[in-house]
Amino acid sequence: MTLFIEQCLNGLQFGLLLFLLAAGLTLVFGIMDLVNLAHGSLYMLGAYFAATFAAWTGSFVIGAVLAIIATLLVGMALEVIAMRRLYGRDHLDHVLGTFGLILFFDEAVRLIWGPGGLSLPVPAWLNRSIEILPGVQYSAYRFAIIIVTLAVAAFLYILVMRTRVGMLIRAGASNREMVGALGVNINLLYTLVFGLGAALAGLAGMIQAPILTVQIGMGENILILAFVITVIGGIGSIRGAFVAALLVGFIDTLGRAFFPQILVELLGRQAGSTAAPALSSMLIYILMAVILIVKPQGLFSANSR
Amino acid sequence: MQKTFLAASAALLLAAGPVVSPAWAQQKSVKIGFVSTFSGPVASIGNDMRNAFELALDHMGRKMGGLPVEMIYEDDTLKPEVGKQKAEKLVESDKVDFVSGFIWSNVVYASYKPIVDAKTFLIIANAGETRLAGQNCSPFIFSTSWTNDQNPIAVADYMNQKGVKSVYLIGPNYAAGKENLAGFKSAFKGKVLGEDYTTWPSQLDFSAELAKAKASKADAVYMFYPGAAGVQFLNQYAQAGLKGSIPLYTTFSIDSLSLPRQKDAALGVISALQWSADLPNDANKKFVDDFKKKFGSEPSFYAAQSYDAAMLIGSAVTAVKGNLGDKAAVQKALEKADFKSVRGDFKFGSNHYPTQSFYMQEVVKTGDSYTQKTIATAEKNVPNPHAKQCSMK
Repeated sequence: MTLFIEQCLNGLQFGLLLFLLAAGLTLVFGIMDLVNLAHGSLYMLGAYFAATFAAWTGSFVIGAVLAIIATLLVGMALEVIAMRRLYGRDHLDHVLGTFGLILFFDEAVRLIWGPGGLSLPVPAWLNRSIEILPGVQYSAYRFAIIIVTLAVAAFLYILVMRTRVGMLIRAGASNREMVGALGVNINLLYTLVFGLGAALAGLAGMIQAPILTVQIGMGENILILAFVITVIGGIGSIRGAFVAALLVGFIDTLGRAFFPQILVELLGRQAGSTAAPALSSMLIYILMAVILIVKPQGLFSANSR
Repeated sequence: MQKTFLAASAALLLAAGPVVSPAWAQQKSVKIGFVSTFSGPVASIGNDMRNAFELALDHMGRKMGGLPVEMIYEDDTLKPEVGKQKAEKLVESDKVDFVSGFIWSNVVYASYKPIVDAKTFLIIANAGETRLAGQNCSPFIFSTSWTNDQNPIAVADYMNQKGVKSVYLIGPNYAAGKENLAGFKSAFKGKVLGEDYTTWPSQLDFSAELAKAKASKADAVYMFYPGAAGVQFLNQYAQAGLKGSIPLYTTFSIDSLSLPRQKDAALGVISALQWSADLPNDANKKFVDDFKKKFGSEPSFYAAQSYDAAMLIGSAVTAVKGNLGDKAAVQKALEKADFKSVRGDFKFGSNHYPTQSFYMQEVVKTGDSYTQKTIATAEKNVPNPHAKQCSMK
């Protein structure tokens, strides 16, 4: 039972981390109709900034805050310099353009920080395990991730649902032309949304840096999952991204944790242990396929009424 | 357009055909192809291997048997299919005399066939695919490393001696991961309470596996994660609260490239290798000192094996006086292994894999730097266990 609770927490933590990444992606995709493959690069930049600033200032928290601000600025600059040229073009141009940006950022990081990667140590006060329920020990850092990401999710909810900017964001996701026609400064809105998405990606990269790694190309694998979440949740919907991210996090983690045992029982030791890693990593894609069949627009499409 | 393409392909095919070079033809240079990973997260391993190979060439005056050496480095991008293409390019269009390198078992297993079919010598500097030492062994394949199961067997023997009763195994789901854990299981006398294979190389979060290892209440955890994944594993091991409560054993997951990033998370972790920077022999001292001087970093075991590969090739070319057309003579010269290895005595078994000793290493902290210190000799002069399955006697 404690194992199950622990695995659920792992799933929750992973899902919330994915949410940070997918939220920015789905906003940009939904509102600006822009396929941004370079979202993973912003995630990478967040991690590199955090590792650098934390080393300079000697404080994890100050480093993290500076990293988020830096990624926000990079994101806004990127929107003004590069992304603006891509709006209204074909999706294929988006893919080409932003893929080029991936190469650009990978090489830029190699030039600035070198090819070896950095490390961002967990602050001492979080580098231990705590007893969150009687008998259940859990990594303090992962628990902190859960709390911080839940707070960010709540902040996003209030921002999108309760503020004027949020209203424009929602309106933009539903009908971009109409928002522009009503005299809203759409350029500024786009820059803000893109910056917000970048900051969220940077936060995700910074948060996972002590657990995973800070290295070139770290954003590419996880970006695939973020796209899966965007598709499952419905393009442009923050709520959809939240639900889908938790689904993917739980299914991926619990699948890895318990699926192998089930398979070994069913197929025998040899076949089961060979097939399990492949099958459990397929689970989320199967989920995506099923949802696309049942609800082709995703769970919470921003365009559907 | 299509016609031009056809014509070009035909020309290429012709060029790649079996142009027999007469044995008396004057060899102008020694051409060596080197396949490794030079891009992506594990590029640091490939670069370390290249650095060591270049250092060995420097030590030989950049000449072998009086001939200048021409190096062609190719990036396998960690993908078997790319490695195979690069190997084909090296033997068919570059017509190299030797191919060396190879970090990954799955890459070398996809690539060895075209090399061997072209009667080109393959000197594997790391990848320990067991089938190349056993049923698929060849007169043209040599290794300056080990097979995937050897180091884990050494670790298991050491754990048997220490009286470790139960273990939980975690490794990546590819050729080397399976062979590594299988080797461990073949020698470990205690109970294996569970084993997990994770998606390689994409899965970097081991929380689910670590939670299971913790719940199994095993005496020890054994894992195998080469390259950057080893950094992540150790960090997460500490964060999950397992460090200090369950001893961790490993192979190939801690090296001089990853240690500066693993730091405290690696302290006390025990592994087994056939080489370490502190082995007391002259060749090793020269290698380690000059490597540090030239590249400003500690050499890894990947580097040590690449250095030996270069020295081995050099010794063979010198022995045949640069007459590389005589394949049988080159093979004989390679088998003699007449060079000073950084691991001390070096001898090939009948399957062209080294007969060697394995040492246990523990990560220690001296001042501000972390190093791997040799704490015991696990096995002395053991032949490769797959020689029996090899048809060469």
